Amino acid sequence: MVKDKEIVVPGETIATGISFLPGKGAYRDNDKIVAQRLGIVSIDGKVIKLIPLAGKYIPKLKDRVVGMVIDVLMTGWRLEFNSPYSAVMTLKDATSEFIPRGVDLTQYYALGDYVVCQIVNVTSQKLIDVSMKGPGLRKLRGGRIIEVNSQKVPRIIGKDGSMVSMVKQATNCDVIVGQNGWIWIDGEPENEVVAVKAIKKIEEDAHLSGLTDKMAVWLEKETGVKVNPAAAPPAEEQATEEHPHHFGGSQ
Amino acid sequence: MTYAKRFDGRGMDELRPMSAKVGIIPRADGSAMFKIGKTVALCAVYGPRDLHPKFMQNPETGILRVNYNMMPFSGHGERVRPGGGRRSKEISMVIENALLPVLDLKEYPNSVVDVFVELPQTDAGTRCAGITAAAMALADAGLEMKDLVCAVAAGRCEDKIIVDLNYLEDSHEDGADVPVAVLPNSGKVTLLQMDGEVTREQIKEIIAKAKEACKKIYEVQKAALKAKFVR
Repeated sequence: MVKDKEIVVPGETIATGISFLPGKGAYRDNDKIVAQRLGIVSIDGKVIKLIPLAGKYIPKLKDRVVGMVIDVLMTGWRLEFNSPYSAVMTLKDATSEFIPRGVDLTQYYALGDYVVCQIVNVTSQKLIDVSMKGPGLRKLRGGRIIEVNSQKVPRIIGKDGSMVSMVKQATNCDVIVGQNGWIWIDGEPENEVVAVKAIKKIEEDAHLSGLTDKMAVWLEKETGVKVNPAAAPPAEEQATEEHPHHFGGSQ
Repeated sequence: MTYAKRFDGRGMDELRPMSAKVGIIPRADGSAMFKIGKTVALCAVYGPRDLHPKFMQNPETGILRVNYNMMPFSGHGERVRPGGGRRSKEISMVIENALLPVLDLKEYPNSVVDVFVELPQTDAGTRCAGITAAAMALADAGLEMKDLVCAVAAGRCEDKIIVDLNYLEDSHEDGADVPVAVLPNSGKVTLLQMDGEVTREQIKEIIAKAKEACKKIYEVQKAALKAKFVR
C-alpha cells in the first residue's frame, strides 16, 4: 500500500484489495489498483486518483486558454495553444462587432496575435471551437508570453487564485494564466522578469507542500513588497477560477 | 576451450553497472538517459503532437513513431554510416512494437508520439538500452501507460547462459544473443529476438534469466523517475 502524496510510476501497484476504487490516472487489475502514469497519489476516502506530474495539455470544454492566431480562414481564425490540436474561432464567436462581407479579417486578429479565449466545443476527433464571448476574454496587447507545463497550472493559480494574486500583488504585473500553460505577463520590464522567475519557481516546486507560504517569503525577498497569502484578494481576471480543485488546493 | 569466466570478469547472471537519469533534455516533452556498462542510450519523446504527412494520420488512434540511431562515432573504431539503414529501420520497428502494448493513444486521434533513441556510445545491447530509456522518457512525458518496459539481452556463449552481453560476447563465434523486453509487473514479453542457435532447454533458461535481470533494471528505472522530483 502506497501512502498518500507519494510519487508513483506507471505500472506501480498503489493498493491491493477490493476496498478501493480507481480514480483518474489509475486502473484496476484484478485485486490491485495500479498507477497509469507518473503522478502523486491522492487518496480521497475510497477513491485513489493520481495527480499527474507531467503531460501535454489536452483541451477540455469551458477551459480558458491563451492562444495564438496561426492562420486566417474564410470564416474565422485558426488558433494554436500548446496542444496536439489547433482550434477554430468563427466570426460569430470572435467579436460582437459587425464584420462586413469580404473584409480583411487580419484587421481584427492578425497572424501571431495572442488572445485569451474559451473552449466552447470539443469533438471526439478533437476538432475544437473557441469563443471570445465572455467576461475577461480579449486580445492580449503588449506584455510577454511564457510557457509552463499545463499540469502545473492549477498550482500556479492556487486555491481561489491565491498564488497568482500574490504574484500580481508583489510584482505589480498583470498576469493571465491559460489552462494550456501559456501565461501572459504585462508590467514594467524589470517586474515582468521577477514575475517570470516566480512562476518558473512555482512550476519547478509544484509537487511540494506548503508552497504558498514559501512563495510569499520568496516574493518579499525579491521585491520588498510584503504579501500576505491568506489576505490576497480573489483573482478577478483569472483564466480558471472554475478549476481550483485540481491540485488538492490546500497547502 | 571452454568459456568458464566472462571476458570482463562478471558473474554469469550479473548485469553491467547501470545508471539512469530522467529529464535530460529540457525542450522535449519527456526524456531519459540509460547507461549499462559502456552502452549509453539517450531518448527524447515529443508529443502527442500534430502528425504530418497527413496520410499517416489515423482518425481512430494516435500513432507511435520511433527513430533509432547509432551515432557515427559510437562503435568500435569503425565509423557508423550516418542516416537510416536497413538495421536502424528494423530496430526502430521492434522498439515501437515493444513499447506500443503499454500505451493507449486512443485519446489522441490523428496525432503522433515521436520517440527518438540516440546512442552516443555502444557496446552491444543497444536496442534493449533504447527500450529501457524510451519507457522512462514516455513516463516522463506524462503519457498514460499500463506499465513500464524493461529490456535486456541474454544469451549463450559456448555452453554458458549469460545475461547482458557485451560486444565481445555478442560477437563470439559460438553463441547466441536473445534480446528480451518485459513488462515488469505482469511479466509479459513484448520483444523477443534471437541471433544464433540455442536448444529448447537453453532458450527457456535464457528467457527466465532475462526476466530476472529485468527486475533489477526496473528498480533503476523507478528510482530515476522518482529522483527527478525529490529535492
